[in-house]
Amino acid sequence: MSTILVIEQILNGLQFGVMLFLMAAGLTLIFGVMGLINLAHGSLYMVGAFSAAAVAGLTGSFFLGLIAALAAAALAGALIEMVVIRRLYKAAHLDQVLATFALILIFSEGTRWIFGSFPLFLDIPDMLSGPVTLPGGIQYPLYRLTLIVIGLVVAIGLWALIERTRLGIQIRAGENDREMIAALGVDISKLYTIVFALGAALAGLAGGLVGAIQSVQVGMGEPVLILAFVVIVIGGIGSIRGAFIGALLVGLTDTLGGVFLPELFKLFMETGAAQKSGSAIASMGIYILMGIVLVWRPTGLFGARA
Amino acid sequence: MRVNEHAITAAVILGLIALPVWALIMDEPFTITLVTRAVILALAAVGLNIVLGIGGLVSFGHAVFFGIGGYAMGILAYHAQTYTTLELGMLSTGGTKFMPVIWLVAMVVSAFVAGCIGLLSLRTSGVYFIMITLAFGQMFYYFAISWAQYGGEDGLSIYIRNDFPGLNTLVPIQFFAICLALLCLVLFLMARLQSSVFGLALNATRQSAIRAETVGLNPMRLRLLAFVLSGAVTGLAGALFADLNRFVSPTMFSWQLSGELIVLIIIGGVGRLMGPVIGACVFVTLEHVLGGLTEFWHIYLGVILLCIVLFARGGIVGLLTGKEGAHV
Repeated sequence: MSTILVIEQILNGLQFGVMLFLMAAGLTLIFGVMGLINLAHGSLYMVGAFSAAAVAGLTGSFFLGLIAALAAAALAGALIEMVVIRRLYKAAHLDQVLATFALILIFSEGTRWIFGSFPLFLDIPDMLSGPVTLPGGIQYPLYRLTLIVIGLVVAIGLWALIERTRLGIQIRAGENDREMIAALGVDISKLYTIVFALGAALAGLAGGLVGAIQSVQVGMGEPVLILAFVVIVIGGIGSIRGAFIGALLVGLTDTLGGVFLPELFKLFMETGAAQKSGSAIASMGIYILMGIVLVWRPTGLFGARA
Repeated sequence: MRVNEHAITAAVILGLIALPVWALIMDEPFTITLVTRAVILALAAVGLNIVLGIGGLVSFGHAVFFGIGGYAMGILAYHAQTYTTLELGMLSTGGTKFMPVIWLVAMVVSAFVAGCIGLLSLRTSGVYFIMITLAFGQMFYYFAISWAQYGGEDGLSIYIRNDFPGLNTLVPIQFFAICLALLCLVLFLMARLQSSVFGLALNATRQSAIRAETVGLNPMRLRLLAFVLSGAVTGLAGALFADLNRFVSPTMFSWQLSGELIVLIIIGGVGRLMGPVIGACVFVTLEHVLGGLTEFWHIYLGVILLCIVLFARGGIVGLLTGKEGAHV
């Protein structure tokens, strides 16, 4: 148990956290502005990963793949918003859950139909492969470090977009009072499509980026979607800042718990049993974290006080 | 066309008796197994309908109780079939293959877990509630996967179906009879519950929690009790489902299953007595017919579901009776 291992695991946790943030930011934005719970967000992540893998496979360029991931997810997002989601804004949560559940079925089986059941693989570009030496002599994969940087850059960009631009003003106004901003001459349905496409593009970007360190397969979106739900429940629904803090908390808890809980249990249990119960508890760690946050604050860390 | 809801109830139950009897005469045991599957899924959805239909709480984690019922059966029968003892702190038992005991254990454990999950998740409402129940479902799913003692990801196989006094449960029609009898019993209790003081009060909390509270009801307590009852019924269904397949695995905890249980209710009609039963029959039929036509039958299920949500609020019972169901 050396410091190097600890720092490595913290970096892994951060990397996982910022990728979760890309998913959670879109979800929380869509919920905050449109009041919509979108289960199909994981499908957009999958669309991003598949587009990246397919285009990178055809052209040999990872960056073209990433652009394809962004474009395909944004396009798919805008399309489902205009065809289906638009009819659901006034509907009950139950209807939203079901309609977006139906979209998951359509997306997953559609993808399986086009690409087959076997996973695709997306290679890390040569420029970003291999380890990099950090101060203190720690070797860490350059690609994962890049993911952390991209995640932080997107977080800052999103903050600037929402706090500093005209579109951001409209989004914030839309969260507060949609009738009023419609009365002020903002085309609310166009705004909704843009917000949805923006959220979708973030999910697609996450899918494309993570696709290079995981296999790209049908059903990859749902586990991430559920983690993103945990993130926004912890952070408070509708709050981008909450999503950021929540994502880092979840990423770190999950990664560090998986590594250190079995070690911790070894202090007072025999090795085999410690390994088993440690990893069992660790797999539940983020849900326990969520439970604690909810008992303390039922609307999340940064949610609106009821 | 307006149809009386009682007529629908009678027709469905008659149909559920007639179809397997016909299959028995025609010697088609697979049809009996399919109907049994529909009956068990219906039972699970009837449980969910207590919180979803009457209480208006969208629980997206009811697979938890289904899975607990399944594992209660799996663990007890596993110890009985391997002649090992199950140590539970002070208590130790050799497991059992006796169905009523398994059902009781499944229901008690499910009810207890429902109480714990309810205490935490009912502090929230709306979207938070949906997401939290979903997250608890995943928590149990991952726990089951990492629980190596009982098969982990591979699940547990039980070689011989459990016993019920006086019946040979391995004969499909006899096992079906047990499941149908339990479903009818639960439906009868559900009908009583809907018109009981508790059912009416719970209904009131769905329509307006604030008004219910103003007239002296305690919404939290009503909802918690509903959640516990609901969990117990779905747990019972889980035990039967595991017995039907003679197999339990973590997929019984999967979030897709929670989603499908909601789908069954929506197809049939939210808050309707027979809604889940009709929904389960339609679902199993679709699964069988479309699944035989194409490997990608979930696409069609998705499209049908979208159409129901967008155009046919109230489900099949709503269409038949000409009334929309409960608004959730």
